[in-house]
Amino acid sequence: MKKLISMVLTGAMVLALAGCGQSGSGADVNAKSEGVMTYAEYAAAPLDSEVTVETYVQGKQSWWDGKGTFYTQDGEGGYFLYEMPCSEEDYNKLTQGTKIKVKGYKSEWSGEVEIIDSTFEIEEGNYVAPAKDVTALLGKDELINSQNMFVSFKGMTVESIGDGAAYLYKWDGSGEDGDDLYFNVSKDGQTYQFTVESYLTGAGTAVYEAVKALNVGDTVDMEGFLYWYEGVNPHITSITVK
Amino acid sequence: MRNKKNMKKRIAVGILLCLMTGILSGCHGSKGSKAFEMPESFDTSRQYEITFWAKNDTNKTQTDIYRKAIDDFQALYPNITVNLRLYTDYSKIFNDVITNISTGTTPNVCITYPDHIATYLTGANTVVPLDRLFADAKYGLGGSELRFDGPTQAEIIPKFLEECDFDGAHYAIPYMRSTEACYVNTDLVEALGYEMPEHLTWDFVWEVSEAAMAKNPDGTYVANGQEVMIPFIYKSSDNMMITMLRQLDAGYSTPEGAIEIFNDTTTEQLLTIASHAQTGAFSTFKISGYPGNFLNAGQCIFAVDSTAGATWMGSAAPHADISEDKFVEFHMAVTEVPQFDPEHPKMISQGPSVCIFNKKDPQEVLASWLFAQFLLTDGVQIAYSETEGYVPVTSKAQLTPEYQDYLSRSGEDTEDHYEAKIQAAQLLLDNVENSFVTPVFNGSASLRSAASQLVEDVTKSVRRKQTIDRTYIEGKLYDDVTALYRLDQLGSSYSGQKEDLGPLPTESKVLIGMLLGVWILLAFFFVKEHMKKSAK
Repeated sequence: MKKLISMVLTGAMVLALAGCGQSGSGADVNAKSEGVMTYAEYAAAPLDSEVTVETYVQGKQSWWDGKGTFYTQDGEGGYFLYEMPCSEEDYNKLTQGTKIKVKGYKSEWSGEVEIIDSTFEIEEGNYVAPAKDVTALLGKDELINSQNMFVSFKGMTVESIGDGAAYLYKWDGSGEDGDDLYFNVSKDGQTYQFTVESYLTGAGTAVYEAVKALNVGDTVDMEGFLYWYEGVNPHITSITVK
Repeated sequence: MRNKKNMKKRIAVGILLCLMTGILSGCHGSKGSKAFEMPESFDTSRQYEITFWAKNDTNKTQTDIYRKAIDDFQALYPNITVNLRLYTDYSKIFNDVITNISTGTTPNVCITYPDHIATYLTGANTVVPLDRLFADAKYGLGGSELRFDGPTQAEIIPKFLEECDFDGAHYAIPYMRSTEACYVNTDLVEALGYEMPEHLTWDFVWEVSEAAMAKNPDGTYVANGQEVMIPFIYKSSDNMMITMLRQLDAGYSTPEGAIEIFNDTTTEQLLTIASHAQTGAFSTFKISGYPGNFLNAGQCIFAVDSTAGATWMGSAAPHADISEDKFVEFHMAVTEVPQFDPEHPKMISQGPSVCIFNKKDPQEVLASWLFAQFLLTDGVQIAYSETEGYVPVTSKAQLTPEYQDYLSRSGEDTEDHYEAKIQAAQLLLDNVENSFVTPVFNGSASLRSAASQLVEDVTKSVRRKQTIDRTYIEGKLYDDVTALYRLDQLGSSYSGQKEDLGPLPTESKVLIGMLLGVWILLAFFFVKEHMKKSAK
């Protein structure tokens, strides 16, 4: 009986934790202020409509001309904030985990759903998302439900991207050091193209240099943001050769 | 995949840089380098190292052609080393040039646009005027001392050369030329009950686009059976507005730089664009994505893009961003952009030009000029033009048996002789006299960005269910765009033409008078002291 009770209690705790997704401050990362959409409401909102979300910064591209591009998410889904106006000072405050309330327009560019023409305010709260393993979802329609989230891919194989090369500067090799890196990885016979986005993790970062050291045939684990461009095109932030 | 999202970002870079024009204007007339003087002869006993900033379309073949051109040139001139720096967009080159003007570290040779050169010219003697170099008997175009068979001035297509003539001199030579084309899915046009006309008109494009918005009960579009359909997508919204205004003989700007874009015709066209954006029949690259991706997926009927993007268009396109399973088979026509008066077609002329930056050492400038000229030789011209729907800028190259053979083999394969690519090039070859460029002046790049902003703004706003009417356009949009691009602060054109700022304010006169007085007193005491010493 004691065994049963402890199992029930343990199960209840696991479900409770999984359900709310705790932030660093202990608050429910999926709880929303008044007038703010849940992720489900955001996902259901039509394109070009005005949206208001509360979300947590997970990664950011370089600041430029009073704008920053951010990879953000709450416990349920990802929100890509494209060229959100912000001062350089505010940009520096928007570190990983920072909670922000964002008001803008839901838009789609070549398959990537994003929030544009937005404004934001920093709120109390912090949440660093764990990488969600989506390896098994590659090639499946459900993968898009994790768009823009911080994800991981396990046990993938580096394939040639042309002439036996493990990576290219720009999509066709026309670039130079410092440009985006492209590389192909496969799983279960299907090959996918992944990217090291230079505005997110440029030359000199660990992931950029690690990809340059890849060899065709390497088995790798990766983490990154599930970006979309005419199909899945993850922006990788870390890679480990096994 | 092309520049992807970064392309959007880099377009925005251009917008910011356009705004820098105003800042640079502040340096107008500032003390610059000494004007270039042509040396008697090229000193081959010395070594020269020059930098060449080049633009490619994220195309490895193009970068390989640049490298081969450098190798071939260096073989002819072993005392000149050319260092290549590659760019994939003009605005980044513009940004870096502006930065390097202030530090005196500009490249020697640079691929650029005339609009940008107009800004570079705000620094005195920054860019070398080329007319004397053109005409030099030994090292000029077709000169006797050249170690290669370059074109004479007469062999550069006059229309293309004219585009590099502003502020009373040629400040560039054309390198490649392209125009815009409308890539049409003719199967969808016919499926909607229309017949492709000989010349595309705006009325036809709008009408067919609206017809394509009909839906099935399940929400898919009747025309393609898919959930996505944007019948008309324009890649370059600045070109769209500029071309419309030119075709209608409406104001854009004067050659001197007076802004004329905010007029009734512009308002009318923006209202038309908004009405079709509202139904979903029209969109732009910045809002939705590359026209070619939608076209190739059967989700677009009229895709307007550069002829230099032809290899991305069509069922058999050699380049593709979308996966194979998304491609649909369709027949494609490559036509001129829609016209208001098909009897008198007008289309924009665009493409890279080459300028030379001034340096202290005239011999270094001469070395730069030799390399720039080499880019006009047949080998470089033909090879580069064949990478896309570009056209060589010299009749010398165009008339070679090699190039004529290339044109005649249109459609033989889907790589070197890809039909749409050669059709696109032929479109410009047939319409050189119908092509136009916009006036070049300090600030013309900002005006171009403003033209784009007008189209993007009404399209985006109407999609967001906002009201777009004459009151909004003339009462708000024009003011917002004027402020955003500082169009009301643009000075009058080039370095040599100074704006009349009127008489000096009284405060300035007083200050100058005081300074003058101090100098007179200093001189007086200096002379007095000197006389005292002499007397001793």
